[in-house]
Amino acid sequence: MVNMKNIADDFPILAQKINGHRFVYLDSAATSMRPNYVLDRIDAFYKSSAANPHRGLYALAERATAAYEDARATVARFVGADADEVIFTRNASESLNLIMYCYARRNLARGDSVVIPISEHHSNLVPWQVAALATGAELRYMYIDKETCSIPDSEIERKIDKTTKIVAFAHVSNVLGSRFPVEKLVARARRVGAVTVLDAAQSVPHFHVDFHALGVDFAAFSAHKMYGPMGVGVLYGRRELLEKMPPFLFGGDMIEYVREQDADFAAPPHKFEAGTQNAGGAVGLAAAVKYIESLGWDNIESRETALMRRLMSGLAEQKRVSVIGSPDPAAERYGVVSFNIDGVHSHDAATILDSFGIAIRAGAHCAHPLLDYLGVKNGCRASLGVYNTERDIDRLLECIPLVRRKLGYGD
Amino acid sequence: MEIDALYSGIITEHSRSERNKRHLANPTVVRQGLNPSCGDELSLELRCEDGVITDASFVGVGCAISQASASMMTDIIRGKSREEAGALCRAFLDMIRGRELDDATLDSLEDAVALQGVSKMPARVKCATLPWHTLNGAIDDLT
Repeated sequence: MVNMKNIADDFPILAQKINGHRFVYLDSAATSMRPNYVLDRIDAFYKSSAANPHRGLYALAERATAAYEDARATVARFVGADADEVIFTRNASESLNLIMYCYARRNLARGDSVVIPISEHHSNLVPWQVAALATGAELRYMYIDKETCSIPDSEIERKIDKTTKIVAFAHVSNVLGSRFPVEKLVARARRVGAVTVLDAAQSVPHFHVDFHALGVDFAAFSAHKMYGPMGVGVLYGRRELLEKMPPFLFGGDMIEYVREQDADFAAPPHKFEAGTQNAGGAVGLAAAVKYIESLGWDNIESRETALMRRLMSGLAEQKRVSVIGSPDPAAERYGVVSFNIDGVHSHDAATILDSFGIAIRAGAHCAHPLLDYLGVKNGCRASLGVYNTERDIDRLLECIPLVRRKLGYGD
Repeated sequence: MEIDALYSGIITEHSRSERNKRHLANPTVVRQGLNPSCGDELSLELRCEDGVITDASFVGVGCAISQASASMMTDIIRGKSREEAGALCRAFLDMIRGRELDDATLDSLEDAVALQGVSKMPARVKCATLPWHTLNGAIDDLT
């Protein structure tokens, strides 16, 4: 049994003081911190194995190739995919852009539609705007219920119709923390013959995700939101789709044979990995997977659920706080809560909380259409990682009332 | 910079005050300012007679720094000529850029001197300067 109490000790960055206070990091939905285990594995790769994968015929190059491809196999197993369906990219945004360029722009035409929830992060929204503009297809939104922050079944039925070619959606909203009904969306998309794109950036760090079991056609996530390094992400694609898609970028390592005027391309996943890849990043991502597995999903989920309930109950008791989305402490929430303090702009709240050593996100959270729809200008967001403790939650709750006081309000 | 200096009494009073946050009856110039990265929106209203700003006000949404800056600015420019307002703009923006200003120039900025510390907070510079950039644009429209 892992001792979940001392997990923060695994994360050296958390040991520092910020503005003279104990550092309380509550912005893991933006990027999570990295444990020593991950940092050490990256360090070890660069110190012992970092030749160019797939190229040299010598011991170090073979070691680098093995490290890179082992990382792919580890990640694939972790998310319920086959290794040749896992493509390493820079981040979830690049993965989604790859789908847009190599699938959407070639398969959409005037009269077709792309359907997404209004709550999407800009990275799973702007690419579809671009694809729609380029092809004449329609970008259509499913509007969430403002009380429950879920997508009503009627919206799914009505918006996804026979014109729909792509349905793209986040697994967990980066603003609301709510989980969207993947099974229903996939079932409806299949009935009309559309492909599904899952943005798993906010789900993969919080609970077990299995792309084959979910039945999605494409999925994307980033290493840096799941205790891995920045600069590496994953695109999952169903093998038949990847085989039919053209390459994204062209160059070394993505070809079979090159003649003067044309070339044969490698099979997936290498077809989509031109040039020297972020092999150290892939090794770090695989280490993050192993770190998560060493903690165990049961431990992670029960701890994060307990912390989220504590946070939501505490926010509900605050007189001057309104939660964006469902304020119910018992509501299902995955690592994220957004809120506003009466009379306080979120940027002031973040600056003042920082003076107490607390890091939260403030602003529009890369989801302008959602905030416009909800009639909210911006908000504060607190988000959890495995290293957070009850003490962190209590510290945030005790400092929130001080924000208004700093700004000269009586209470 | 210390948090108590950033959110000093004079700044939080201005940020909460509604005194200058209102529409003018007959504005000569209405100028919009927008800070897309924060979502701050400002509408600056000026009444100008014979080259003198006789009244100034603003409406909009933004953080305490931007609201305080707007409130201070409207106080300062009331009764000033177009040229004087332009000089104040340059002085304020120079101060936020961290340039040394002489005492007379600092005095001319009145309450807005309280925002000097923002020059050391890169993330908040655009909050403090939004009203002044908006004024800069509005001055060109003044006759």
